[in-house]
Amino acid sequence: MAAHGAVAARGGLRKALPLLAPAYLWLTVAIFLPLSAMVFFSFMTDLPLTGKPWAFTLGNYAAFFSQSLYLTLLLASLRLGLEVTLWCIVIGYPAAYVLAKVLKGRSREAIFLLVILPFWSNGLVRIFSWAMVLREGGILDTALNAVLPFKINIDLMYSYPAVIIGLVHSYVPYMVLTCYLTLQAIDDSLIEAGRSLGASRLQVLKRVIIPLSMPGLVAGAALIFVPVVGSFMEPRILGGRTGTFYGTVIEDQFVAVFNWPLGAALSFILLAVVLVILAVASPVLRRAT
Amino acid sequence: MATTRILEGLGRLYVFMLLAFLYLPIIIMALMSFNASPFYQLPFEWTVDWYQSLWQNGQLISATWNSLEIAVITTIISVVLGTAASLALYRYEFRGKKLLQALLFPPIAIPWLITGTAMLIFFFGVGIGRGLFAILLGHVALALPYVIVVVSARLQTFAPELEEAARSLGANQWQVTARVTLPWIMPGVIAGGLFAFAVSFDQFVVSYFLSTPGQTTLPVEIYAAIRKGFTPEINAVSTIIIVVSMALMLLTARFFKFGGEK
Repeated sequence: MAAHGAVAARGGLRKALPLLAPAYLWLTVAIFLPLSAMVFFSFMTDLPLTGKPWAFTLGNYAAFFSQSLYLTLLLASLRLGLEVTLWCIVIGYPAAYVLAKVLKGRSREAIFLLVILPFWSNGLVRIFSWAMVLREGGILDTALNAVLPFKINIDLMYSYPAVIIGLVHSYVPYMVLTCYLTLQAIDDSLIEAGRSLGASRLQVLKRVIIPLSMPGLVAGAALIFVPVVGSFMEPRILGGRTGTFYGTVIEDQFVAVFNWPLGAALSFILLAVVLVILAVASPVLRRAT
Repeated sequence: MATTRILEGLGRLYVFMLLAFLYLPIIIMALMSFNASPFYQLPFEWTVDWYQSLWQNGQLISATWNSLEIAVITTIISVVLGTAASLALYRYEFRGKKLLQALLFPPIAIPWLITGTAMLIFFFGVGIGRGLFAILLGHVALALPYVIVVVSARLQTFAPELEEAARSLGANQWQVTARVTLPWIMPGVIAGGLFAFAVSFDQFVVSYFLSTPGQTTLPVEIYAAIRKGFTPEINAVSTIIIVVSMALMLLTARFFKFGGEK
């Protein structure tokens, strides 16, 4: 196999190029050049296309650091990402454990499929379905008032908890998926060995199961945290006036205020924060593969 | 082990509660599309009026066609380009291969908000502008890495000896690919295609930044409608979308094991 590889290495690129070029050219035009352009534009006073005079400036970044609003919103978004991730761990990890270690055979396959099925269905539609449930006089209201003897009014719509509920609903399947994959790989005999050596269930969980499934937890957390920090549609629909986050401010720069250079700078700052977080998580992720 | 049995029973119950949490809102949303009251009032009165009025809604219909067209074209382009790239990454060794493989992850990992706004800036800057063509450019770029990852995973199970055997029997490169390799990786190619279709058909964020009032896709149109106010028509169209997406996912699952079964 090694010899085969060595032969292929000579002129390998020349043969591979015609097959690779179309895909990577497309990615360059639609992903890598745009990301570079975004960095470039973030240092401009105005878009060169509008015909207005423009110059290079650090003003867009100065705006981020001089107005506490942006930093506050970025911190609020990071907090939102953290809270949603934690809820996804609390809700998703036990479910992944049951799927991997309790359920067997066909019922496991079926339930696993049911858990991950919604996660590729339209995110917008799922958020909208929560709006149906949570709004005042909505289903949750009606159902609770039908069961309870007294009149209550849970007005969750357009609040921070509503945003959390919607986001957790959208992202918890990721956590179940990644944790399931690592939990399933844990040999049952390790757990039995721990138990027969006198460890309690809790000790086995703390000393064996959680450490071994850590890569899945970290992968799930990264997969959830990153998009949640950049979310804007979910806070808009479920948060109403309380749903102003970093993502919604970036959206505004592009679709309402039309200050694209500022939007580009804000986007780039978000990208930098996200990359730092992924870099911190990557050693644990690499151990997983 | 009575405790074990109790704990396992609780575990099962817990998973069913999670399923209820995942599906109840979607089911309620879908039920409301069959309810007569425009203000979602109960008691429930069966009707299909909202589906009928969808047919009168020209904007939604044209956005739906746009979404389908873009999803189909995205699937075809990204499957062809992605399969070719996967084959090259599988067959040949060259410097920089690791880098090329690593480059597949930014499009998946970077939040769509950033990718979408970056595309808007760049496409505007080079004169492509906004509209359906820009949306198509973006969707293919988002779908490509998924296709390459899925097809490459399938290629991992392919024995290179098969290609060499075919070659030594006198088949040329094209015949080897068409008769030996492609049939083997077909489940991966189909799964990759279904992924690509789902990525495009459900894509909201990138389409949102790249659409113009006349040239838009269904999710963007739904978002605009939600922000104007809820009507059961949105429920009807959402129900159709969710049924289509879930059917696609079930199809994908048939061709591609997600569970990583040992």
